[in-house]
Amino acid sequence: MMVRTRLWAVAFIALILAVLIAAGCKHQGAVSALPQSNEVPGWEKTSETRTFTAANLSDYIDGGAEQYLKAGFKGVSTSEYKFQGKIEAVADVYVMSDPNAAKSIFEADPTGTAKSIPLGDAARLFSQSLVFRDGPNLVRIAAYQAGDDTPQNLTQLAQGIEKRLSK
Amino acid sequence: MSNEEGTNRRDFLKTCVAGSIVLGSSDALAFGKSAKSRVVIAKDAMLRGKDSAIDPTRLSAMLDRAMQAFYGAKDALGPWKRLVRPGQVVGLKINSLVGPAFCTNPILVEVITQRLQQAGIKPYDIVIWDRKNSELEHAGFRLSSVAGRVRCMGSDAIGYEDVPEKYGVASCCLSKILTRTCDVVINVPMLKDHWSAGLSCSLKNMYGVINNPTQCHATGCNPAVADVNMLPTIRKKIIFTVCDATSACYHGGPFYKPEYVWTPDTLIVGSDRVALDSTAVHIIERKRAELGLKTLEAEGRPPLYLATAADAQHLLGTNDPKRISLLEV
Repeated sequence: MMVRTRLWAVAFIALILAVLIAAGCKHQGAVSALPQSNEVPGWEKTSETRTFTAANLSDYIDGGAEQYLKAGFKGVSTSEYKFQGKIEAVADVYVMSDPNAAKSIFEADPTGTAKSIPLGDAARLFSQSLVFRDGPNLVRIAAYQAGDDTPQNLTQLAQGIEKRLSK
Repeated sequence: MSNEEGTNRRDFLKTCVAGSIVLGSSDALAFGKSAKSRVVIAKDAMLRGKDSAIDPTRLSAMLDRAMQAFYGAKDALGPWKRLVRPGQVVGLKINSLVGPAFCTNPILVEVITQRLQQAGIKPYDIVIWDRKNSELEHAGFRLSSVAGRVRCMGSDAIGYEDVPEKYGVASCCLSKILTRTCDVVINVPMLKDHWSAGLSCSLKNMYGVINNPTQCHATGCNPAVADVNMLPTIRKKIIFTVCDATSACYHGGPFYKPEYVWTPDTLIVGSDRVALDSTAVHIIERKRAELGLKTLEAEGRPPLYLATAADAQHLLGTNDPKRISLLEV
């Protein structure tokens, strides 16, 4: 009886560890979705990657964390970038619980002047930002400066992220 | 401190036009039924140059115009001399939450610090502050605590009080920059849509003063925003608001989503934070209507905390348009 109980306990602990490792791998995936410097030509990664979980999401998007948590949030990784020393941008890769959760956040915002572009499952390109979803991932890139080439440059960075997500 | 505030108020009341009494402090409405809260909106269509960068000279002139209209003053320094007194430590509570592209404009903050110094406040007695050192730096503000210079610091570096102040649902430890460093604070928020509260402006900017803003976001931040503004030290020390609406967002706030940012090139000033916010929300609603978006109410996120802040339990100001004297300059 005692041996059986121990076996169950070991099995339970193993299961918990497996879940934690899987979750860790998933989050690691978000981290590695952010391209290194010049992996996408012209784009330099100018900051360390910061990651946030459900427990500390409000440290990153205080006031908005609830929206993501309600939809089903797992983690976010973010980094700053600079294109040819001119355009600064921030890229966020949110890992949601499933594709529907990513879709619900994606569709909560109006399309406005967005151009739909072929990227991930759906993508919107604005003059100074780009948002796309790919499975459970929601990617947002926002530039701090506007410029004629900004949409094209943002698209290239987004393609670099998509490539990494598909690995 | 209370004597000085009282003097400010008395001086000011002497200069106010009858029927449009505006207080030097925006806490409890101390005016009669016929009194109105003054809110001034200043605009400048030529604020930006060709590269869309703000012209500091024009911004400075716009601020002077707003402040002079509010106080009925003939010169640019008059309002500041009424607002603060030499010897006071004056805080500027800005909003630096989401970084350099969408924070209280450093040029505006610089202009305010200049006016305060011209009004007799020593540089070291001016404290630019917000929640975190990292956010201030990221937004482009240079941290400083050097003697003889304007200070700039985050609450995380100075700390929060151990004992919370309480009102209603709010039980918050306040930043020591508010409680211990500053005698009075000028609130310098931005104008933002807020995905759950509807509006983030002067009242909501007080979430950057408390240790637990995350716990105050339930039910569209209502009644939490009103309750936080009722905390005694906030009521006592926040004496005026200069809202930076040079850039604003009509959707997607409080984050930086450039697709929903526009440039009203506007400043909104007032001492009644409820009246100011009730005015400010119309700017967002007008922009949303212009773009064919639903009203905040239709989206299920009207800023209900404004009515709460104005109710008989709070009396933080008025949200009644009939009791707001709106001047556009």
